Amino acid sequence: MKAIIFIWTLALLGVIFPVFGNTLQIKPGQSIQAAIDKAESGDTLLIAKGLYQENEITIRKPLTLIGQDFPVIDGQNKGNIILVAAAQVNIVGLELINTGFSNMEDSAAIKFFDSDEATVENNRLNNTFFGIHFSNSKNMRIRGNQLRSTSEKEYQTGNGIHLWKCHHATIENNFVTGHRDGIYLEFVTNSTAIKNLIEDNKRYGLHFMFSHDNSYVENTFKKNGAGVSVMYTRNVLMKDNIFEDNWGPGSYGILLKDISNSEVTGNIFRKNTVGIYMEGSSRTTFKNNTFRENGWALKLMASCDDNTFVANNFIANTFDISTNGSLILNKLTENYWDKYEGYDLNKDQIGDIPYRPINLYSVIVEKIPAAVMLWRSFLIGLLDRIEKAIPSITPENMVDNSPKLRPYDFGKQHL
Amino acid sequence: MFKLLKYSLYDIVKSRFAILYTLFMVLVTVSIYQISEDLSKVSLSLLNIMLMIVPLISAVFATTHFFNNLEFTELMLAQPVKRRDVFLSQLLAVIIMLSLAILIGIGLPMAIWGAESSLLVLLAAGIALSIVFAGLAFLASVLTRDKAKAIGITLSFWIYFSLVYDGLVLYVIYSFADYPLEKATLAMVMLNPVDLARIIMLMQLDISALMGYTGAFFQQFFGSAKGIMLTSGVLLIWMVWPVLLSMRIFKKKDF
Repeated sequence: MKAIIFIWTLALLGVIFPVFGNTLQIKPGQSIQAAIDKAESGDTLLIAKGLYQENEITIRKPLTLIGQDFPVIDGQNKGNIILVAAAQVNIVGLELINTGFSNMEDSAAIKFFDSDEATVENNRLNNTFFGIHFSNSKNMRIRGNQLRSTSEKEYQTGNGIHLWKCHHATIENNFVTGHRDGIYLEFVTNSTAIKNLIEDNKRYGLHFMFSHDNSYVENTFKKNGAGVSVMYTRNVLMKDNIFEDNWGPGSYGILLKDISNSEVTGNIFRKNTVGIYMEGSSRTTFKNNTFRENGWALKLMASCDDNTFVANNFIANTFDISTNGSLILNKLTENYWDKYEGYDLNKDQIGDIPYRPINLYSVIVEKIPAAVMLWRSFLIGLLDRIEKAIPSITPENMVDNSPKLRPYDFGKQHL
Repeated sequence: MFKLLKYSLYDIVKSRFAILYTLFMVLVTVSIYQISEDLSKVSLSLLNIMLMIVPLISAVFATTHFFNNLEFTELMLAQPVKRRDVFLSQLLAVIIMLSLAILIGIGLPMAIWGAESSLLVLLAAGIALSIVFAGLAFLASVLTRDKAKAIGITLSFWIYFSLVYDGLVLYVIYSFADYPLEKATLAMVMLNPVDLARIIMLMQLDISALMGYTGAFFQQFFGSAKGIMLTSGVLLIWMVWPVLLSMRIFKKKDF
């Protein structure tokens, strides 16, 4: 099986590089750096299984490094392990362990500068400060890598996959755990993140800023310290992702700050303290998402405008929506709310009376968090009923005029 | 003492009320199990029963029982037995009957349809609330000679603890919203057995809402060994003090 993958990889690389260079073999005991210095542009270096104790391996020409059965390169806790400042560099099938720990120079296992057409594939990174670090690069593919950090505190570790000022990146099928941020993007545009599993990271699962025109599809963000936090970006597509088990006082399924003209479709928000927290975001459409068993499904701040929530399922959340003001400039329509108690006389599966997802108690809790102590008490139930009959405090415009009577069927995963 | 308890217990278990109460509990629990699709919804519905119905029935039943058995009690007081024994046998009989009704009425359907550890906490909290309100009912009973008045006092206990008190808490929280209120609310919760039982149960059931900043503080407190010790300790005090006080009054009461 491994041989087949290996041949395929070679074949793939053959497609990428029409000019196929020489192939050099490196064995344990030999220096990888020396071999790289000796190689011509476009050569392929095969690294045999074994232990190599090297750091700051520098690549300045187009090269392909292929590990045979995961050779281990040990950085001995000093600096970076591999540094690349060239186009068309491919790094495949290596196991990189023990980088240095420095916030000053951001020690990383694999670090690219000013590169183009790079591939980082099927590598295993253990106990690295930063994992894969790109800056000022384009057209890279980061696929099937496994990044594990064993640090205990946030400040002891860097980001898993860190991209700064890049474009046209593909981040696919990676697994990141134990790092500070799972995936960190800053000034990264026209890129895609697909099917990554980002779990148990110390700060955010996904963290991006000023990263326009990107899409995030079928990723899973689970149990990260503060969930997912994205800011100052437009044209984002988030589709079929899972945001799960992000519990804690400052933890969000996803925090959207100043996000505009974006689309959030088919995602699952399950068991988060807050499913989505939105602030200053505009013109974003939320469609076919499932919010299930969250403390708050949505915290929609009054600074958001022109957002649309259409055809989502809200099931078993403690609070469906809370907000901090009375001005509501967003639209809710055709969602399913499990707390809806209306009727449907004409049998069109749409409730005849509107649903108001904000109840009195959620307004109180938003203003005075200590009131959470009274959750599920008789008094609160009574007050909510009274408020429903005679609305006075809850914002009048936060209303779904056509609530669905039955939940949407978005497939098995959403159950 | 045991002989007295035995007779009171026979008397009470055979009564129509004990059977009706147990049947009612079975019926409610079975229908909740039939209607709700998952266990968490079952526990939440049961939580409401425990917080509202159980204290109400315990309080009313204990009061009526005290007055219905007043003649028997007076007869016993004429005998050479300790007043303490007479009082405790009556109270214990009531408590045992109420607890049995919960154990059988809710525990049995649970055993059949499945339960998790959080539901056991629910049962325990229900029994604790029964004891607290039986004690309060006896206190109301020894405070007055009139059955109607006693029931009135018991009901006001119930309304106070399950409704008025929370209103006061809300008012206080609202008035002092600018101050850090975590510890104050914690203290206020301790002063109400219904709130205490509710929080203990919520910590087992749906704590997702309690995970905000303030929630995290409570979670940390109620989740820690110290917090659990303290809350169960305070609940125990709530079970004991009405009993002790009413027994004191009972001992000196002129029938």
